[in-house]
Amino acid sequence: MELFIQQIINGLHIGSIYALIALGYTMVYGIVKLINFAHGDIMMVGAYTAFVGITIFDLSILMALLLSVLVCSILGVTIEKIAYKPLRNAPRMWALITAIGVSFFLQSLIMILFGASTKPFPSFPSNPIKIGSLQISQITIVSVVVAVILMICLELFIKKTKLGKAMRASSEDAQAASLMGISVNKTISLAFFIGSALAAIGGVLFVVAYPQVKPMMGVMPGLKAFIAAVLGGIGIIPGAMLGGFTLGFIESFTKGFVSSFWPPATLWADAVLFSVLIIVLLIKPTGILGKNIREKV
Amino acid sequence: MKSNTTTKFLAISIVTYAILAVCMATGVINGYISGIIVSILINIIMAVSLAFVTGYLGELVLGHAGFMGIGAYVSAIITMNIDLPMFIEFPFAVICGGIFAALIGILIGIPALRLRGDYLGIITLGFGEIIRIVLNNLKITNGAQGLSGVPSYSNFTITFLIVILTIVILYKIINSRQGRVVIAIRENEIAADCVGVSTFYYKTMAFSIAALFAGIGGGLYAHYHTVINPTSFGFALSIEYLIIVVLGGMGNLFGTVLAGIILGILNEALRSFSEYRTIIYSLVLITIMICRSKGITMQIIISKINVSKKNNPEKLNQRRHKKC
Repeated sequence: MELFIQQIINGLHIGSIYALIALGYTMVYGIVKLINFAHGDIMMVGAYTAFVGITIFDLSILMALLLSVLVCSILGVTIEKIAYKPLRNAPRMWALITAIGVSFFLQSLIMILFGASTKPFPSFPSNPIKIGSLQISQITIVSVVVAVILMICLELFIKKTKLGKAMRASSEDAQAASLMGISVNKTISLAFFIGSALAAIGGVLFVVAYPQVKPMMGVMPGLKAFIAAVLGGIGIIPGAMLGGFTLGFIESFTKGFVSSFWPPATLWADAVLFSVLIIVLLIKPTGILGKNIREKV
Repeated sequence: MKSNTTTKFLAISIVTYAILAVCMATGVINGYISGIIVSILINIIMAVSLAFVTGYLGELVLGHAGFMGIGAYVSAIITMNIDLPMFIEFPFAVICGGIFAALIGILIGIPALRLRGDYLGIITLGFGEIIRIVLNNLKITNGAQGLSGVPSYSNFTITFLIVILTIVILYKIINSRQGRVVIAIRENEIAADCVGVSTFYYKTMAFSIAALFAGIGGGLYAHYHTVINPTSFGFALSIEYLIIVVLGGMGNLFGTVLAGIILGILNEALRSFSEYRTIIYSLVLITIMICRSKGITMQIIISKINVSKKNNPEKLNQRRHKKC
């Protein structure tokens, strides 16, 4: 039972990080219908920025976090302006290939700047809070709290503010939105801005939880966050959160709980994730919270 | 016109083969370069088969390397475990690999092809990764170490022959009744459904044909590199083939072949830049895509060097105008 609750806590921790990254995927997909494959690498850049900030400039972790948010959000908007904007009216597969190109570019740029090797990230002293035999590290609490607060803020921003309204309108029908006087270009930039900032925060939280940085570190979390976004229903913001936490739970259960009865479960954890994705997509093709859109002839 | 294109293509390929074979025999092309040529040829098989699904059927597939992995493993296990002369066991193994990949393709295709567009892409990505993880964890595939000591059967001649066969067979399929149905599904699935085409049957067919050739490509790969491990058949490889297909003009076999050759050469030419290789490669990729969106397409380049007049609507229009 304790193992069970421990795994719920671990799932919350990793799930909150996935959810933060998934939000960026969902927001961008909602408006431009583009699977932004470079998103995981933006998260990686965020982690590296924090790494540089802490090891070279001796910043505190909070300052490093702010720095990486700044760098990533500027990076995200710049990428959108340079690489994606010219392809906005092109077939979607071209934009997809461009996104993959951007992802390669960021990976190789970091590889040239910092080398391909894995570097240890300075770890933080953490006194786990003990409840009975349960251990909750402060990092876990901070991650979950930060993630939940950000998600609530984002949800309020989307639902209550004018810019959020513009965003919802553009994602529903970009053409009609532009006819109503909404600057779709600015809205798209805003989506990239917020998405990249959240990815940076996710990256820093990830690197604090698993204290090492390497150029390819963004690929797997990026892919999983993307799965989380699809699982919850891509383009739907609460869906990304739900998907992220679901994925975190599934992962920590197969790795931590099932493996105590069946040791090879750790090796199959990713296969379980993908199987869940496939099953959900087959039963409900638009994701858990997705609305079924009928195709008109 | 149709048979004309085929004969022309065969003539070009025979000449290419003769030139390359003579160069290899006389030592103008050394072993290293001929290795690159074989890799490019295998890439062409993979890209052309993916072009059939992505270009002609119009469905995004992000797990093509998974089928290649199945073909590679099945054929490698067969040749390593049976003891027959090379000319019997090699074709048998490669064909078995292809058929096994096609069967898995049907198995995956039946549920997956109910979805469309990005969702199909995601689900094939999921299946591709599952295939890789299964290969990584089974006993018969020797886990993460992979198989080594696969007999070295693939060489330039065999690979070239299979490339030509693949292209001719796919070309014939595309220009047959079945191929026209596949293209009709791409153009408008609902309309195709309405005129009585079983879209589901044809989609699964196209998907399994692509998987068949991917499996054959995998068999050649395994018997060329002699060492295979699951990590080489991951997501990155699927993406590499998709890039070739998209650059080749999606739904243009000869464009795909050309894109495969150009990207292969580019990849090698950039090798001397070592760590700057991927950065240049990615920049070239982004630039090409942005150029294409501005109207500089592979089709125009192809029509300039006169490989496929038939697929170029502009030329066709010009000719029509002349007739008028």
